[in-house]
Amino acid sequence: MNRPIRVLVAKPGLDGHDRGALIIAQALRDEGMEVIYTGLRQSPPQIVATAIQEDVDVIGLSCLSGAHNDLFPEVTRLLKEQGAEDILVVGGGVIPQSDIPFLEKNGVARIFTSGTTTKETADFIRSAVKEREGRP
Amino acid sequence: MTAKSFEELYREWEEKTRQLLDQYPEEKDRFETLSGIEVERLYTPVTGSDDTAEKIGLPGEFPYTRGIRPTMYRSRHWTMRQYAGFGSAAETNKRFRYLLDQGQTGLSVAFDLPTQIGYDSDDSMASGEVGKVGVAIDSLEDMEILLQGIPLDRVSTSMTINAPASILLAMYIAVGEKQGVPADRLTGTIQNDILKEYIARGTYIFPPKPSMRLITDIFAYCAEKVPKWNTISISGYHIREAGSTAVQEVAFTLADGIAYVNAALEAGLEVDRFAPRLSFFFNAHNHFFEEVAKFRAARRLWAHLMKERFGAKSPRSMKLRFHTQTGGSTLTAQQPDNNVVRVTLQALSAVLGGTQSLHTNARDEALALPTEDSARVALRTQQILAYESGVTHTVDPLGGSYFVERLTDEIEKRAREYIERIDEMGGAVAAVEEGYMQREIHQTALETQKKIESGEEVVVGVNRFRLEKEQQPQLYQVDPTLTRRQLERLKALRQRRNGERVEQALASLKRGAEGDANLMPLILEAVRSYATVGEICHSLRDVFGEYQPI
Repeated sequence: MNRPIRVLVAKPGLDGHDRGALIIAQALRDEGMEVIYTGLRQSPPQIVATAIQEDVDVIGLSCLSGAHNDLFPEVTRLLKEQGAEDILVVGGGVIPQSDIPFLEKNGVARIFTSGTTTKETADFIRSAVKEREGRP
Repeated sequence: MTAKSFEELYREWEEKTRQLLDQYPEEKDRFETLSGIEVERLYTPVTGSDDTAEKIGLPGEFPYTRGIRPTMYRSRHWTMRQYAGFGSAAETNKRFRYLLDQGQTGLSVAFDLPTQIGYDSDDSMASGEVGKVGVAIDSLEDMEILLQGIPLDRVSTSMTINAPASILLAMYIAVGEKQGVPADRLTGTIQNDILKEYIARGTYIFPPKPSMRLITDIFAYCAEKVPKWNTISISGYHIREAGSTAVQEVAFTLADGIAYVNAALEAGLEVDRFAPRLSFFFNAHNHFFEEVAKFRAARRLWAHLMKERFGAKSPRSMKLRFHTQTGGSTLTAQQPDNNVVRVTLQALSAVLGGTQSLHTNARDEALALPTEDSARVALRTQQILAYESGVTHTVDPLGGSYFVERLTDEIEKRAREYIERIDEMGGAVAAVEEGYMQREIHQTALETQKKIESGEEVVVGVNRFRLEKEQQPQLYQVDPTLTRRQLERLKALRQRRNGERVEQALASLKRGAEGDANLMPLILEAVRSYATVGEICHSLRDVFGEYQPI
């Protein structure tokens, strides 16, 4: 790979809990990735537009308000609509196990719940991006 | 035994112990609190300061280190106030009545994010968020349902509402009117602390200057019309949740407090007229003794600030009254029953620190909103502390502990240093605009995360003592039909109400906002006309603009 992995860390919806998003942004930078953080209160169309404009490989969505089942699939739907479904989408926050199959079915590659280390997240992103690039 | 001979004994003991260290090595070279304060092996009169008795004083007396009342929990327990709210006003009303039936002594309303950020449930910005982290309130009609059958002259209500605090307070006053309870008999609290929203919590709407004006308008209005209302709850809770240390929590919260006092003085209010209604809100986190000391240090520091810096004469202005919530970020999604134990210890620290009211978190809150069962266990935890443990029988039981007094001194000293730094920047508003507190907190949060990932900081069930297979508890689920029902009711309301009255009320509010009228009466009129939270906030956005974070 000739360029570092580019990641958009995004806060969809109205949730103001950004401790996790800020930590993961910094941790991925420390892992050698290029990270853009959107700040709070981003709508799914804003997130997708930024992702395309910034030519990122990955979108990391963080939501602790319980709105993930509405907001995450909206992001993946818009990516598809705009022909950008090659962008890997992962998510994190206060997300019950029982919601994870639904989110995965809707194009979220992985949900990282409370207690995940930043290393695990970085490793997953690296291998998933590699796998996607390896495709014909 | 004279002090001197004890000192000799102590030195001998110290020497003897040092020699034993080869045989009994200690786990670390340096033990420290979460704020990085070094914890010594032993505290004795030799290692303590001589003037402790004078410095801590007596309960109910300046500087209130030992508590704000002379008899504390011997006369009356803290108010058991569980934060609750979800879905519709009717569902939350049901939970409120359940909690009151179970012996809870005050209400605490959680609003959903659209309400907190001034959007109606049908706004596109509200998508996915209606009724999720709290109850959806669009208009006075929802508030009437929320408080149905709850006697507002007997139950005090705390509302976690900040940017639109005036609107929700106005709604509460309007419901009181309908119940026949005049405003001067209403008791409760609005959070109304915008500075910590910029710092840590994120539900801001307007820029700092008009936000501070809305706040001082409330101070002035309530001093006259709603005298028993706590007009602000200056909050360290969310600063701590965002990652700060205990010292930063005290320092940034009191620095915010200083900014509110200054703003009120600049607006021409007299200190002893508004300061007695200022209240505070702290976190109860993991390091037990540091937390106890934190509450005591905050109380002493605020008393000195009010007396010496602001020249307050009334003792009521100097007393730091506070609510406590146990630390949400300490809860683990893994082995959630362990959280009951964490919450018990944290709640005990708040009680030993002299809290006036307390929320104990439910065990399942790292996963979802609490179920009725887990909410009940959380309340029972407080009742066990209050009625079974005996910790309420004497005032400030840890007062005079060599260790706790040393920690209290140290936290006060370090918080003072932070406050001086913030003063030099031009106060809390300037420091927030510059991003200073945000950066300090983020730095601490990163360090904590690293310590957890390296195993230096142990989180039971997460980085030590894990289970192979986690069991998922039954979780609470918000009714999926809620949004649709809420939108239907909102639509019906917009058709039913007197549109002309609403227009007029919103137009006069805008004129008021452009000038310098106190906005509370104008907001009250808009609320009475059944203008919605979103409509009122949009009118104010038109005049004030929106805050753009750095």
